[in-house]
Amino acid sequence: MNGAAPAPADDLLVRVEDVEKAFHRGEEVIHVLRDLHLTIPRGEFLALMGPSGSGKSTLLNLLGGLDRPTRGRVIVDGRRIDRLSDRQLAAWRARHVGLVFQFYNLLPVLTAERNVELPLLLAPLTRVQRRRHVAAALGIVGLSHRARHYPRQLSGGEQQRVGIARALVTDPSLLLCDEPTGDLDRRSGDGILDLLQALNREHGKTIVMVTHDPHASARATRVVHLDKGRLGTEAPP
Amino acid sequence: MKYLPLVWAGLRRRKLRSLLTLLCILVAFVLFGYLCAIGRAMDQGASVAGADRLMVRHRVSITQPLPVSYKARIERIPGVALVAHFSWFGGIYREPGNFFPQMAVEPGPHLAMYPEYLLPEDRRQAWLATRTGAIAGRRTAEKYGWKVGDRIPIQATVWRRMNGDTTWEFDLVGIFDGAKPETDTTGFFFRYDCLDEGRLFGKGIVAWYTVRVSNPEEAADVARRIDEEFANASAETKSETEGAFLRGWARQIGDISTILASVLGAVFFTILLVAGNTMAQSVRERTCEIGVLKALGYTHAGVLSLVLAESCLLSVLGAAGGLAVASVLVAAGDPTRGAMPMFHFPAADVLAGLGWALALGVVAGLLPALHAMRLRVADALRRT
Repeated sequence: MNGAAPAPADDLLVRVEDVEKAFHRGEEVIHVLRDLHLTIPRGEFLALMGPSGSGKSTLLNLLGGLDRPTRGRVIVDGRRIDRLSDRQLAAWRARHVGLVFQFYNLLPVLTAERNVELPLLLAPLTRVQRRRHVAAALGIVGLSHRARHYPRQLSGGEQQRVGIARALVTDPSLLLCDEPTGDLDRRSGDGILDLLQALNREHGKTIVMVTHDPHASARATRVVHLDKGRLGTEAPP
Repeated sequence: MKYLPLVWAGLRRRKLRSLLTLLCILVAFVLFGYLCAIGRAMDQGASVAGADRLMVRHRVSITQPLPVSYKARIERIPGVALVAHFSWFGGIYREPGNFFPQMAVEPGPHLAMYPEYLLPEDRRQAWLATRTGAIAGRRTAEKYGWKVGDRIPIQATVWRRMNGDTTWEFDLVGIFDGAKPETDTTGFFFRYDCLDEGRLFGKGIVAWYTVRVSNPEEAADVARRIDEEFANASAETKSETEGAFLRGWARQIGDISTILASVLGAVFFTILLVAGNTMAQSVRERTCEIGVLKALGYTHAGVLSLVLAESCLLSVLGAAGGLAVASVLVAAGDPTRGAMPMFHFPAADVLAGLGWALALGVVAGLLPALHAMRLRVADALRRT
């Protein structure tokens, strides 16, 4: 279903094999994803598009270990994450995945640097080491000068940059972005897309971005469409 | 410690709500501290009573006197090591509100019986040499600004002097300290011979005896022997350990422990609901943020711990403030102006208070913490 020439197995960061995801609503079973196969090579910037309810966010949740498939396998960096326990999955997320949300999801009572530091609290790092990582991540997103500001003191674009810094700070292999420009104006959105593109090109981050916006998907190296839980057409950006 | 800013941030989210909850907890622990002090005072030192001391009083009531002649007979009973007697004076110093216990005693046996009263040897000798001599505890002496050499006038409410006068004057020959912080140093003791020879009526009687037994394990047997010695006498006795006597004395007012426990139970139950409601609201408002934490890699147990830590921090901060205020209030003195000489707030009660605060934090935070722990990440993130 990938369409493009298959990448060598070692170069594949993500493999989704025969995945099905169903939810129960009373007696009714709703199949959100069906017979899904997807591979994502390392270093790819993949845009996941589709109408509302097509299963984009559900797929993103499966890739990020936030949810489990009803059937099938999700393999990231050679590890079957659908078989991990809740505790193992949490540890895996902390180490391997960076998540960027549409509404930033920063903790309003923490400064930008404290928000970015959150994932690092789980790692065996000293305070000085954590501070160094936080400074580096804020430097990458161009917000070193706003480190001590609270989210309410930042613009939407700046808040999203903090969100990206938080996703980056543990140096994850996979960056999952759920409509990262969905709540931003065009100018701020472009800034975020520039940043994601730079992270992909200059830092080699593998990025999966859910978006409705063709303007955003144009920045990706590959676009995949989902429709009614099935992978549809693939198109170059 | 690295999670402290995160825990603290949770409390800062709704400052007013956290502050009001904190104040509720603070008030509850002020009450806790103050009632603990009252409880201790009403216990009248039963906890520090000598295990080797018996109290011997009239079988009918402590208000009924015993003959002073009983002393020699008690001393002859096997197992008795020392006997001292007390005679309640109940006088007024300057005005009726100035309450402190005044007792007529025999200096030698009295000081031997109560080694917890620390009196310099030269002051002891002075007391033995001065028929009108008296000693006062440090608290009472400081309260009224007395110093050695002062002449202390006490107006009798019962014991008139031979000349009909009601004013007795004593020479303060010493001020004693307590061997422990909880030792009662409010007492004022003067010589029995001074009282007995000087009073118009009631000669040859005492209020009660204190007996030291040779072996504390035989205290019950010695008490039985004493009571048998005076069975069928005109003044039969009732002997019991000092601790039992003091507890019985406190119970004349009521079962203070039960009353205090009931009041505190009601207060803590109310505070539990207040703190629990605060934590429940706080967690409900942050469902999405809890989802974010879990998405970032925080485990279910980690989230549970964070919520419990927040609840405990709130509770301990409120309790620490309340206990500090209670300490200040208790240190300001006995609210009855002397009826509770051992009015104090010991460190053990402060620690117990902090223990209760932790328990309150855990119980109040448990349900919200379990709710937060059980939240599924994907579900929680949808509640933006």
